[in-house]
Amino acid sequence: MNFETTIGLEVHIELKTHSKIFSPSPVAYGAEPNANTNVIDWGYPGVLPTTNKGVVADGIIAALALHATVEQHTHFDRKNYFYPDNPKAYQITQSDKPIGHDGWVEVDVDGVKKKIGISEMHIEEDAGKNTHERDYSYVDLNRQGTPLIEIVSKPDIASPAEAYAYLEALRQRIQFTGISDVKMEEGSMRVDVNISVRPVGQEKFGTKTELKNLNSFNYVQRGLEYEEQRQQQVLMSGGSVQQETRRFDEKTGETILMRVKAGADDYRYFPEPDLPALNISDDWIKELGDAMPEMPTKRRERYVNDLGLTDYDAMVITQTKEMSDFFDAAVALKADPKMAANYLQGDVNAYLNEKQVDLQATKLTPANLAGMINLISDGTISSKMAKKVFKAITDGEEPKAYVEAHGLVQLSDPAKLQPIIDDVLSANPQSIEDFNNGKKRAVGFLVGQIMKQTHGQANPQVVNKLLMAALQQ
Amino acid sequence: MANRINREQVQHVAGLAKLEFTDAELDAFTPQLDDIIGMFETLSEVDTEGVDVTSNVSDQLNVMREDVADNWGQSSALLHNAPDAARGFVKVPAIIDESEDND
Repeated sequence: MNFETTIGLEVHIELKTHSKIFSPSPVAYGAEPNANTNVIDWGYPGVLPTTNKGVVADGIIAALALHATVEQHTHFDRKNYFYPDNPKAYQITQSDKPIGHDGWVEVDVDGVKKKIGISEMHIEEDAGKNTHERDYSYVDLNRQGTPLIEIVSKPDIASPAEAYAYLEALRQRIQFTGISDVKMEEGSMRVDVNISVRPVGQEKFGTKTELKNLNSFNYVQRGLEYEEQRQQQVLMSGGSVQQETRRFDEKTGETILMRVKAGADDYRYFPEPDLPALNISDDWIKELGDAMPEMPTKRRERYVNDLGLTDYDAMVITQTKEMSDFFDAAVALKADPKMAANYLQGDVNAYLNEKQVDLQATKLTPANLAGMINLISDGTISSKMAKKVFKAITDGEEPKAYVEAHGLVQLSDPAKLQPIIDDVLSANPQSIEDFNNGKKRAVGFLVGQIMKQTHGQANPQVVNKLLMAALQQ
Repeated sequence: MANRINREQVQHVAGLAKLEFTDAELDAFTPQLDDIIGMFETLSEVDTEGVDVTSNVSDQLNVMREDVADNWGQSSALLHNAPDAARGFVKVPAIIDESEDND
C-alpha cells in the first residue's frame, strides 16, 4: 500500500516589543519572578486591557513578510480555559478575524521548489510559566501578556523534510523583519505539529496525532519521520490510528503516547468585550511595508546573479539579517564578495560558535573585515598573516593600523628579495645540486630558508618566481 | 421549566470550569441557569431589523497605546494578596502540567 502524508504546523513566535500586548509591563528576560507584572497581567477585577500598537504593527509586518492578506477589520476574541498559568481564566487571542490570512512561503527541498500555504496568523498573549516541585507548583507571571504571533500552515506539507524547510523559511523571513529573535532554543519560536497518513487516492484525511517536545527543527523532522512510519505500520497491520498527543523522546528518536484526545476542545470563544475593534488603514499597511528590509529570497538572488556567489554561500550568508547586512556592507566597501562570503562562513562563524554570541554582539565591523580582505587582495598581507589580523579585528582593531604596528607587511619587492635569495642559494650549494639532479623537494627547503630569513614576511608567490628563475639559470 | 439548558450541559460546563457538582447541586443549578438564560432571552424581543452585527458595545475603534514599557512596581503587593507565595512565585498546590509548554 502506498501512503501520502499530511503535516500541519502551528508556530508561535514571541515578539520583541518593549511592553506587553495589553498592559505596559516590560517584556524582558531574566527578571525576578513576577517582577514584570501588574494588576492587568494578573487579571484583577475592574482592570481594562489596552492594545499595544506595536504588536498590531508587528502582526501586519508578519502578514506582509509571509505574503498574506492583512485583515483590515479585525478584533480580538476570548478563549476560555482554566489553568494556573493564566489568572484571567481566558486568553485574549484572535479567532474569527485573524490579522492575516492566505499567505505562503517558498521552500526548496532537494532542488524542488514548492509553495507552502499559510491559512492564517493571529496576535495573542502568552501565558505565565509554572515550575513543579513535589508538593507544590510555583507560578511566575512575567511571561503572561508577552505578545505572540501564531502562524498556522495549510495542509500542504507532504513530508518531514518539507516541514523542516517550511520552518527554516518561516524563521528566516520573520528574523529579517526584526519583529522576533525566532530562536527555538530560547523559546521565542515554538512549534506544535500534527501529522496524518492516508492511502494514496483516499479523499478523506487520516486521523491525525499531535507531537510535543520538539525543541529543534531537527527533532521536528525526526519526530515526524518516526510518526509517519508508525502510522503507516498501524494502517498496514489493519489497525486504526487514534487521535492522541505523543511526546518525542530525544534519546530514542521515538514518539511516546502522552494522552488520548477525548472530544474536541471547548474553549467557548466570543468577541473580547474589553477591547474595541481595529480598522487597519491602507496607509498604515503601506507605511510598514515600505519600511521592511529586503527579504532573504531576494538577497540570495542578488548574491548569486550579481555577485557570483554559489547557492550554498548565499544560503549561509542569509541565515540572519545581521549576517546578510554585514556582508552587504563589506561588499559596499569594495571587499571581494567571494572572499567576504568565505570569511563570514569560515572564520567569523567559527568565532561566533566559539564565543557563543551573535554577530551584532561582537566588535567585528564590516569596515574592518573589508579592510582586511582588501589588504589580502592587494598583496599587502598573505592569507597566513590574515589569521593574526582576523584575531585583531575581533578585538575591534583597525586592520591597516594593526598591520603597520606589527610589521605584518608582506615583502613583495623583488629588489629586496633578490639579495636574500642569493644569500640563501650561496649558503646551500647541496640544495642546488639536488635540484639539478631532479629532486624537486629541494625547492621547498630553499623557500623555507628564505621565509626564515624574512621572518615569514616574504610573499611566497614572488619568492617562488625569483627562486625558480635563479635555479634555472 | 422551559428546558433551555439541560442537566448534562450544566455538568459539561461545570467540568470545563473544573467544578464538581453533586446530584443535588445539579438539580438545584439547572433550573436556576435556565431562568438566567430565560432572562437574557428578553433581548430577542428587541427589533434589530437593519442593525449591523457588532462585537463590541462601545462605538470606539482603534484604541491603542504606544509600545512603551512602564513597570508599575506592583509585584510585592500582588504577591501579598496571593493565597500563598514563596521566593517571588505564587505557590499553588501541585498541578499536573498540561499547558502548551514543552516543559
